[in-house]
Amino acid sequence: MGRLNQLDGPDELRLRELSARALGILVRRHGGFDSCEDAVQEALVVAARDWPRDGWPANPLGWLITVASRRLVEIWRNEAARRGREERYALTSLGDPAPVPQADDTLTLLTLCCHPALTRPAQVALTLRAVGGLTTAEIARALLIPEATAGQRISRAKARIKAAGARFEEPREDERTERLASVLEVLYLIFNEGSTTSSGPALHRVELCAEAIRLTRQLYASLPHEGEVAGLLALMLLTDARRPARTDAERRLIPLAEQDRSRWNRAAIDEGVALLTPVLATAPPGPFQLQAAISAVHDEAASVAETDWPQILGLYDIHLLLAPGPMVTLNRIVAVAMVHGAEVALAELAEAARAPALDGHYRVHAVRAHLLDQVGDSKRAHEEYLGAARRTKSLPEQRYLQARADAARARSDASSGE
Amino acid sequence: MKYLILIHSNAHFQQRWEALSEAERENFGRGHFALSDDLAASGELVASEGLADPSLATWVRTRDGQTVSSDGPFVEVKEHLAGFYLVDVDSEKRAVEVAARIPDAVWGLVEVRPVLDMSGWDV
Repeated sequence: MGRLNQLDGPDELRLRELSARALGILVRRHGGFDSCEDAVQEALVVAARDWPRDGWPANPLGWLITVASRRLVEIWRNEAARRGREERYALTSLGDPAPVPQADDTLTLLTLCCHPALTRPAQVALTLRAVGGLTTAEIARALLIPEATAGQRISRAKARIKAAGARFEEPREDERTERLASVLEVLYLIFNEGSTTSSGPALHRVELCAEAIRLTRQLYASLPHEGEVAGLLALMLLTDARRPARTDAERRLIPLAEQDRSRWNRAAIDEGVALLTPVLATAPPGPFQLQAAISAVHDEAASVAETDWPQILGLYDIHLLLAPGPMVTLNRIVAVAMVHGAEVALAELAEAARAPALDGHYRVHAVRAHLLDQVGDSKRAHEEYLGAARRTKSLPEQRYLQARADAARARSDASSGE
Repeated sequence: MKYLILIHSNAHFQQRWEALSEAERENFGRGHFALSDDLAASGELVASEGLADPSLATWVRTRDGQTVSSDGPFVEVKEHLAGFYLVDVDSEKRAVEVAARIPDAVWGLVEVRPVLDMSGWDV
């Protein structure tokens, strides 16, 4: 039990999309997000078990709503019995699933799952379950945590939402921007979680990158004119497009400069660029649009040498003004080196590295090593690569940085032996 | 993000532990149970165990494909591991917060270590 992938790909996705719609409809009709979510989850598991064997019902959404509603009655009866109270729960239109409202609940559901009373990990887990339609077991496997941990995270999140008195409704106008920003961050976190775990023991693992893209697509469908929503979707597509070239058969990281660009996913790049072009002209700029624009410049270049580095630098300059951050500073310095030379970049790095947020950060060492390599100081490049390798929290990066350190040492030994 | 919180001990602290009253030792134990219950309830606990005395340890080495095991380290170790918490939390700050609730932290032998992940920097 607990797995939806007895169904094959398209059917599984269809079922999961239906589950989010069923949840929206149920919460609208009856209230009580937490019980409705439990009920839909149980209906989903039954569907995943029976439908591959018996065939899909004529009205799958109606079926899910009916079965989940019955389950909901049982949940409420049990609760009422437990409390020893004689409460009457009026359930309307039980055996009559036919009229399904066409309301788009994606944004409302996402906003509820990313409620500010929840921690980030709780928002991620709840989004994957309530909007993504994944089972607890699938979420646990995807996040590399025990099933009990995932289950507890989800039920605690639902209890918190209930305690906070959050309602299933679109956010008020004054908090809309903030809530949407939080939804986008959670979706991006799910996407990055996918690239964080995708080289792990991946057998039967739900693909989190694809899931994040799917959910962001749904959000984009309800908010097509929101610049940052389009920007995030474009960023995901433009980043994911390079995935086939990002690691070799031994799962070693291949840096952008050395990737086989013929392996990049052209369709994803075209789609990302097409999403981005109109919003860059019309919407107010934001960090996701800028990062997507930078990604697009990389993705459209035939090689590192043919990349439009002045444009990338210009985009980083705007990014730094609009939404400064230590990683923006560092990535900008890499672009500075390509436009103005490694010496200039090294001087800027020395200045930037004084900021407390970058003090001792492994990427400062990695960027410095890269720049020292460019100016031919292999000896110091070797030391800096090693420093970076020791400080990273990522296993593939550690391997990559150690290999770079080896190469720099070999060059250093060769030049001192001359 | 996963963090392993290691609880170290050594001969000196072993003696101090043994010198505690039964009530004090029970208080310690209750602190650990309360912490693991809270971490389980919040969905942050991956695993947590206390370890048996290092005198029960077996040291394993392989040589030419043969397994050689022995009862103790060849050199007397100064410190040993007494227990651990593996947590999956929002931030390093939160991991440190958890570590500070470990009763052994009063003795200054609790260490928070990030677990390596499989992420990759795409530049």
